[in-house]
Amino acid sequence: MNAQITRLFGFIVVLFGLLIVFTTRWTVVDKSSLDNNSLNHLTLIQELKIKRGRILASDGTVLAKSVPAGGGTWSRTYPTGPLFAQAVGYSNLSQGQAAGLELSDGQYTRGLQTGLNSVFGQLTSHRVGDDVYTTLDPKAQRVAVQSLGGQDGSVVAIDPRTGAVKVMYSNPSYNNNAPNVNAPGTTTFNRATQGEYSPGSTFKVVTTTAGIDSGKYTPDSTINGNSPIIVSGVPLQNDGNQSWGPQTLTTALTYSINTIFAQVAENVGRPTMTEYMKRFGFYSKPPLDYPPDEMRASNVKGPSGRAIPPGSPNEDIGRIGIGQGGLAVTPLQMAMVAAAVANGGKLMVPHMTARVVNQDGVTVKTITPSVYHQVMKPAVATQVAQMMTKVVEEGTGTAVQLGGISVAGKTGTASIGVTGSNLTNPWFIAFAPVQNPKVAVAVTVDQSQGGFGGTVAAPIAKNVMQTLLSEGQ
Amino acid sequence: MSARNRELVALIPASLLVTAGFAGVFIQRSNALSNISLTYGAIFLGLCLIGHIVIRMTLPNADPYLFPLVAALASFGIVMIYRINPTLARQQAQWFVLGLVLFAVTIIAFRDYRKLERYRYTIVLISLGLLILPRLPGIGYQANGAYLGVRIPGLFVFQPAEFAKIGLVIFLASYLRDTRQVLATGGRRILGVTIPPIKHFGPIIVIWGLAMGIMVLLSDMGSSLMFYGGLLAILYVATGRLSFVVIGLLAFALGAWYLGTHIPHVHARVTDWLHPFDPRVYKATLGSYQVANGVFAQAAGGIFGQGFGQAVITIPGTHPVQYLIPAPQTDMIYAIITAELGLFGAAAVLIVYLLFIARGFKTAVLSRDSFSTLLATGLTAVFAIQVFVIVGGVTRVIPLTGVTLPFISYGGSSIIANFVLLALLLLISDRARRPVR
Repeated sequence: MNAQITRLFGFIVVLFGLLIVFTTRWTVVDKSSLDNNSLNHLTLIQELKIKRGRILASDGTVLAKSVPAGGGTWSRTYPTGPLFAQAVGYSNLSQGQAAGLELSDGQYTRGLQTGLNSVFGQLTSHRVGDDVYTTLDPKAQRVAVQSLGGQDGSVVAIDPRTGAVKVMYSNPSYNNNAPNVNAPGTTTFNRATQGEYSPGSTFKVVTTTAGIDSGKYTPDSTINGNSPIIVSGVPLQNDGNQSWGPQTLTTALTYSINTIFAQVAENVGRPTMTEYMKRFGFYSKPPLDYPPDEMRASNVKGPSGRAIPPGSPNEDIGRIGIGQGGLAVTPLQMAMVAAAVANGGKLMVPHMTARVVNQDGVTVKTITPSVYHQVMKPAVATQVAQMMTKVVEEGTGTAVQLGGISVAGKTGTASIGVTGSNLTNPWFIAFAPVQNPKVAVAVTVDQSQGGFGGTVAAPIAKNVMQTLLSEGQ
Repeated sequence: MSARNRELVALIPASLLVTAGFAGVFIQRSNALSNISLTYGAIFLGLCLIGHIVIRMTLPNADPYLFPLVAALASFGIVMIYRINPTLARQQAQWFVLGLVLFAVTIIAFRDYRKLERYRYTIVLISLGLLILPRLPGIGYQANGAYLGVRIPGLFVFQPAEFAKIGLVIFLASYLRDTRQVLATGGRRILGVTIPPIKHFGPIIVIWGLAMGIMVLLSDMGSSLMFYGGLLAILYVATGRLSFVVIGLLAFALGAWYLGTHIPHVHARVTDWLHPFDPRVYKATLGSYQVANGVFAQAAGGIFGQGFGQAVITIPGTHPVQYLIPAPQTDMIYAIITAELGLFGAAAVLIVYLLFIARGFKTAVLSRDSFSTLLATGLTAVFAIQVFVIVGGVTRVIPLTGVTLPFISYGGSSIIANFVLLALLLLISDRARRPVR
C-alpha cells in the first residue's frame, strides 16, 4: 500500500501547488486589475485612511482639514463653512462626491507623490497628504459677503499681475460641511464660474479694446451718438433715448453711450470682435485650477439658449458690442477682462492654488504666474485704462472713488425680466490703483428693482478693493 | 535526541511565533508593546507544554513533528483571530483548552485504538446520525443556505460534520481492511476493467449516496467533497486500483453537475465561482460578494502582504463593527492571511499543512497493520482535502463552500475534532514506531 500512499501524497502536493498558483494569480498576476475593479471598495477605504492635507487661505486660515472618523479613517471639515464653500468645495469619498478645490487639488491633499517618493510612501502605513496654500483672502471675502448683504450675486477679485484669485464668492452659498442640494436658500451652484449673465455695458471695455488695438479707432475718435439707430434691422436706443450727437470714444465710455459702441462693434467687424473676445478668454472655459464641470465658457447664446459658434453670422455683433445680443458671461470672465486691461494687456492665468507644502514644512510645489494671452498692446491697455478712469472720475462709476487712489472701472446695467418690469442686473468691473494695478474685480447682483451698476454693484467693488489694497497687496 | 526531546525543541518556533504575532498586532493597535502579548505567549506555551507532557507520558514513540506543526498552525490561527476580533480569540483559547482535554482523553481511552474496529457499525451510524442533526427542526440551523450546524439554545453550537468525518474514516479503514483483497483482485473483467462482486461495493455505493445526500439535504458541498475525497483516497490506497478513483470521480462529477443545476443553493455557489465580478451576481442574494471580496483582499496583499494588522477588513464607521468580508474568522481566514502576509505568508501556511500531511502519510507508511495504515491515510487525506476545499474555495480553484481551515479557523467543533484527529494519528504513530521487542 506504500506506493499508493506516496502517489496519493504526490497528488495532494499537486493540489496544494494549484492553491499556490491561484493565490499567485490573485496576488501578482491579476493584482492591478482587481485593485481597480469597480466593485472593490478596498481602494476607497484605503483612501479614507489617508490623512489628507489642509487647504489654507493666504493668511493661514484653515479652510479644510481632516478629522478622525473612527476606524483609522478621516473625514473633512470646513471651519469657514459657507464663506468659502464655493471655492473650496467639499469631498465625501464614501459617496464618491467632491467639488471645488477639494476635487481639483485632491492630488496634493492626498499626497500622491510620483517617482521614488511613492515607492517609499507605500512602506509607511499612515499616509499623510500635503497642505495646500491658496491665494484666497478671508478678510476681503468677508467684506464681499457683507457688502452683497444677502443679495443674490457674485464677487470675484484677482491680482492682475499674477492671476491670483483673492476673492470668489457667490451668494447664496451653502454649508460644505453638509452639502445638501435640497437645503432651502442654499446652492452649490457657483455663480462666479457657472452663472450666465448678460454683461451689459461692462462689455464695452472689450469693444473699446478691439476698436483701438485693431487700429480703427483712438480714444479721441469722434462718433455720432444719436438715438435711436438701426442695428441688424431693429432700432437701438440709448438710455432714456438720449441723442448725444458726435462724441469721442472716451466720452462714449464715460457715459456708456450704446449707439456709439454698436457702431464701433459693427465697424470693427465680427471676425475682429471674435478674435479679441477669444483673447480675453471668451468662448472657452477659464484656465482656472478648478473642476471644469463647475465652470462655464462665456459665449453668445442663440434664441434657443444654445451657444452660437464664435464668429457665426447669426451673431448680432452690434448688440454684442454693448453687452447684449445673447452674450452670456460669468463674473470670473469679466474679472479677467478688467485684469487684462490692468496688467498692460497681459492676461495672466487665474489660479487659486499658491503652493503645496508637505508635512515637514517643505514647499514641494509653487504655482508660478503664467501668461494666458497678450490681449492688446501695452500702450492700448494704458489708453483703455485712462478711459475707464474717466468713468469713475466723472461718469457712471463715481460711487467707487477711493480717496487718494485712482480707480478705473466700468458699470453695466442689464435689463432683465419682462419689458417694463424695471428689473435690472447691475454690474461693475474695476481695477486699482490705475498707475500700478494690484487688484481687479467683477461684481454682479442678480436682480435689482431699477438699480444701476454704478449704484448697486460699484459700492460692493469699492469695499472689496479697499480691503485688498489696505492689506498692501 | 529522543523523539520527545525533538518535539519539545520543535515547539519553540510555535511559541516564538505566537509571541511575535501578538506583539505585532499590539504594536499596530496601540503603537505600544503591551505585556499582554507576552502573557498570551506564555499561556500558549504552557498549553503546548501540557500537550507535550501528555504525549511524553503516554506515547513516547509517537512522531515528534505532528504536535509542533499543529502548535504552529494553532498559534498562527489564534493570532489571526485575535487580529480580527479579540473576543473570539479568547473563546478560541478556551476551545484549545477543551481540545487538549479531549486530546488527552482520546489518547488515554483509546490506547489500543484498534478496538475501534469492533464498533465500526456503531460508529458509522452515530456519524450518519450526526450528519442528519442540522436538518432536524428546532436544533438545526442554516448558514448561507447550507445546513451546517446544530444549536442547543443556551448550551452550545456545533458542526457535526467535523466529528462525522473522523467516524466515517474509522469505518472505512476498518471495512476496507476486511474487503480490500476482494476489491483488489476479485470479480469479472468488463471492457478491460475488473469489477469486484457487487456486494463488496455496497457500502461504497452507500457512501457515494451519502455524499450526494449531504448535498441534497444539507446543501453542504464542502463536507460532501471532503467525505467523498477521503473515501476515494482510502479506497485507492487499500486496493491500488486507479480505476476506482476515476469511476468514483466521474460519478461524483455527474452527481455534482446534476445537483449544481437543480439545487438553487448549489447552483448559486457555482455561479458565484464562475462569475464573481458580474455586478448582478455580486449583488444577488447568495451572490458572489464574499468570494469577490476574498479575491480583492488577496490582491491587496500582493507578494509580501500589507503587514500584520494592516489590511482593511472592516467597513469604517460601522458600530458594531461590520466586516468587509463575511466570516473573516472562519471561511475567509485564508484571504485575510494573504491580505496581511501576502503570497509568501499564505504559501508558508500551506507548506506547514503539507509538512503535517507528509508526517501523517509517513505514519501510515510506518504502520505495521492494514487498519492502522488505512486509518492514518484516511485521517490525513480528509485533513488535506479539507484544507484544499476551503483554500480552493477562497482562491477560486473550486466553488466556495463552508468548511473550516483546520487549527486556524475560529470554531470549537473544528478545534476539538481536529485535536481528536491528531490524537488518533499520534496513537497510530506510537504503535508504528514502537521498537520491536
